[in-house]
Order: sequence, then structure tokens, then C-alpha cells
Amino acid sequence: MITRKWSSTLGGVDMFNGRDVISISDFTRDELEKIFRAALKMEKSGKREQSLLKGKLLATAFFEPSTRTRLSFETAMHRLGGSVMGFSEAEGTSIAKGENLADTIRMLDSYADVIVMRHHLEGAAKLSAEIAKVPVINAGDGSKHHPTQAMIDLYTIWRELGKIDGLHVALTGDLRYGRAAASLIYGLTKFRPRKLSLVSPALLKLRKEIEDFLRNSGLNFSEGENLEEIIEDLDVLYVTRIQRERFPDPAEYEKARGSYRIDTELLNRAKKTLIVLHPLPKLDEIDLRVDETKFAKYFQQAAYGVPVRMALLALLLGAVRL
Amino acid sequence: MTKLDELIVRRIRNGTVIDHIPGGQSLNVLKILGIRGGEGYTVAMVMNVDSRRLGKKDIMKIEERELAPTEVDRIALIAPEATINTVKNYRVTKKMKVKLPDEIKGILNCTNPNCVSNKYREPVKPSFIVASRTPTLLICKYCGTYITHDEVVAQYALAG
Repeated sequence: MITRKWSSTLGGVDMFNGRDVISISDFTRDELEKIFRAALKMEKSGKREQSLLKGKLLATAFFEPSTRTRLSFETAMHRLGGSVMGFSEAEGTSIAKGENLADTIRMLDSYADVIVMRHHLEGAAKLSAEIAKVPVINAGDGSKHHPTQAMIDLYTIWRELGKIDGLHVALTGDLRYGRAAASLIYGLTKFRPRKLSLVSPALLKLRKEIEDFLRNSGLNFSEGENLEEIIEDLDVLYVTRIQRERFPDPAEYEKARGSYRIDTELLNRAKKTLIVLHPLPKLDEIDLRVDETKFAKYFQQAAYGVPVRMALLALLLGAVRL
Repeated sequence: MTKLDELIVRRIRNGTVIDHIPGGQSLNVLKILGIRGGEGYTVAMVMNVDSRRLGKKDIMKIEERELAPTEVDRIALIAPEATINTVKNYRVTKKMKVKLPDEIKGILNCTNPNCVSNKYREPVKPSFIVASRTPTLLICKYCGTYITHDEVVAQYALAG
């Protein structure tokens, strides 16, 4: 039984049981590494169903569309022997009739043992966590936070390269409105990467509050617009989508799209060990031919979503202790 | 107060004297206090006098008006070094130095229109962590947006 294995190998104070997951900033390096180790155990158990969360119910409250995040949370819960209920769009629920967020959360709180939610309003998860007694996991609030995505991103780097410290990590694409990029930046400040390069069109540069946070963190970082200048030194290249609607001028969009496209020609100049990540969905920011190269780790990254979320759910519901 | 100021504005019998307002901000202080002119208060203001501490400062005297603690907190947002003296029968009976609390709630809105604290149908009061006092910098507790000193002033100006 996996339960016995957990309790026999790990012990100590439980800092996860009943906790909300609103922002990656709320976690220490030590806690993130504990999640990684728990995820590794989950990964090793493969697709076999476990009974750690038997009898527990996960509510998925997706006021905004999602594919990977929702399905990987559902998969994670099922694999742990728990069950899932909820909605994947506001349409067809009382929200469409005008019910407010707080009332919807009160209802889910009384039904379920844990709530995973995505909402277009920034701070929605924080407010929900204040209302709900059960743990609330933020699966994206507007352009602010997506903490579990950042956990998966960091886990992918840790799994694929064995460490996060000492690496040169570049983030490219929409660093202004992209919540995955913002959360990864917050998460990286918990570690000691050698350098963080932020490569984006001027319009999509970091928001001031994130830039200030980075500056205060003491992490070595630089902002630029040209990936070609740094490609040879990179260990991790994290690509995000550039959304057309962010640009007032279509010509500007086409220009930005062209200059931030990752193709095999660019990657030929990279270190052999470089990994390319993407929170997905990707459109044409990564050339399809890159998918077949050894650099492409984004599908593996998406696959890691399940064990990382399994680890998190089991920890928050007190089924495993670290 | 200096002799010069006394020449410009006479002493008041009962009321409040607010000193060390940053130069030019006294009109915004009036807005915070909800004084529009029609209330009948006798108000005297001195704007942009030299100050060793602030460079330029404003001074304000309001007769027959005492300040509530929430008003003091709001003044702290735009005049973090202000001193507030309560005057009774020509004597200063209470001297207060404004101090921004570590967290402020309900007296300001988040500037991010997409912040959950701006949705009137949700049971939530806008709340801010005070990240810096001089200059004022607030961080929305819900969405993390920065609210700068200028944005606070602009918000009060709009409210007026």
C-alpha cells in the first residue's frame, strides 16, 4: 500500500493539510521541493489507481475555459481514488443567471472537500479562499496567477535537468498579461538560477510590480528583445503565446510574431542539453518541426501536470504527510 | 507655525489645524473631508509656503470641525507627514501625527478594473497592503496591483 510507504518514509509537521493555493509566492523553496518529491513518487506509481483520496470529492469551478488544467486535475483526482464534480463553463449554471462568485463558492464549499477554480477576475481565488473552509486551488485568475502551472514548470526543469540552481532560464512571449509566465518568474525567485532573461516585444514587457519583485529578490535578470543574442547560453527556453488582441496594430502583431518564433534554425545554435518548455496551448510560436527534436519538452511538461497535481491534492487533503 | 503664517491666517477658536500637507495637496484634503464649500465651515488655507522638511507645504484651518479616525487615515494616504491639531478655545488640546496603518480597507478602490474587489455584487471590501509610506505605495490584497501616490490623489480628485 502506498499509504504505508508514505508514512514510513516521511514524517514531521504537516504544512500542507487544508492549505489554499493562491500564488506560488506563498510557498517556500523547501515546500516546493517537498511537492516535487511527492510528485516523483506519484509519477512512479504510473497509471495505477490508488486509494489515497477514496471518498473525497473535488469540485472544479471553471468560469473560464481550460483543457489541460481541468483535465489533469480531474485525472489526478481519479487516479487517487477520489471523485470529481463541477462545471467547465459558466453557461448552463446559475452563474449565467447572474449568481455572484461568492454564492457559487459557498455552495461548492458545502459539497466538496477541495475546490479548483479558474476565473477571469483577478483576485477571485483569493476572495474564494476567504469564503470557503475547504482548500481552494487557483487554476488561473485573470492575468495574475497560475500557481500549479508554475509548480509543473519548475518540476519539469528539476526532473529534466536535475536542478534549477545555476541554470540560465529565458522566458519569451507575453510577459505582461501571461499568468503562466508571471507565476514562473515568482517561482524561480525561490531558487538560484544563474540568470533569468526576459525576451519580449516592448508592448508585452513585465508589469512593474513583477519587475520590482524581481529586483528585490536579488535574482540576476535582464530584459531584452532579441533571443538570438542569448540562445547559445540558455539551459531552459520557456515560450508563451503572443495574443493578437494585445496589439492595437495588426502590423505590429505580425512583426512581433515573426521575431519570437522558435524554429530549428535558432535551436541549432543552442546547447545540446537545452530544453524548450511551453505551458500550452501553442499556436505557431514554435515551428512544428521543433516538436520532433530532443529540445521539445512541452508535451512531457503537460504530462507532468498529473503527478504534480496528484501530489498537491494528496498533500492538501492530508492523505500524505511530508 | 511661523510668524509669517500667523500673519496670513488668524488663529481659530475651535476646530482643526492640519499642518505639513505636501505643497498643493490641501484641496485634495478638503475633498477627503467632504468639504465642498456649501457646508458653511470657515476654512483657511495657506498653499506652498516654504518648509524645511517638505520643501513646500500647505496648512489648513477648519473651524468647528473635528476629524474622525477614518478621515485621519485617508489624509495619511496623500499627506503622510501631516500633523493634525485639535483646537478648543484657542488652545491645542490634541496633537496627532497621521500614520498610515500597515493595511487599509475600504477607503480606496483598486485601479485594476478586472480586480474582484471592484465588483459591487461580491461581498468584498477593497484592501491594500502599505508597501511604502513616503512616497505612498499600496498593493491590492486581492490582485496585487500597485497603487501609487499619484493614483491615490487622482482617485480623490475624481471622487470630488
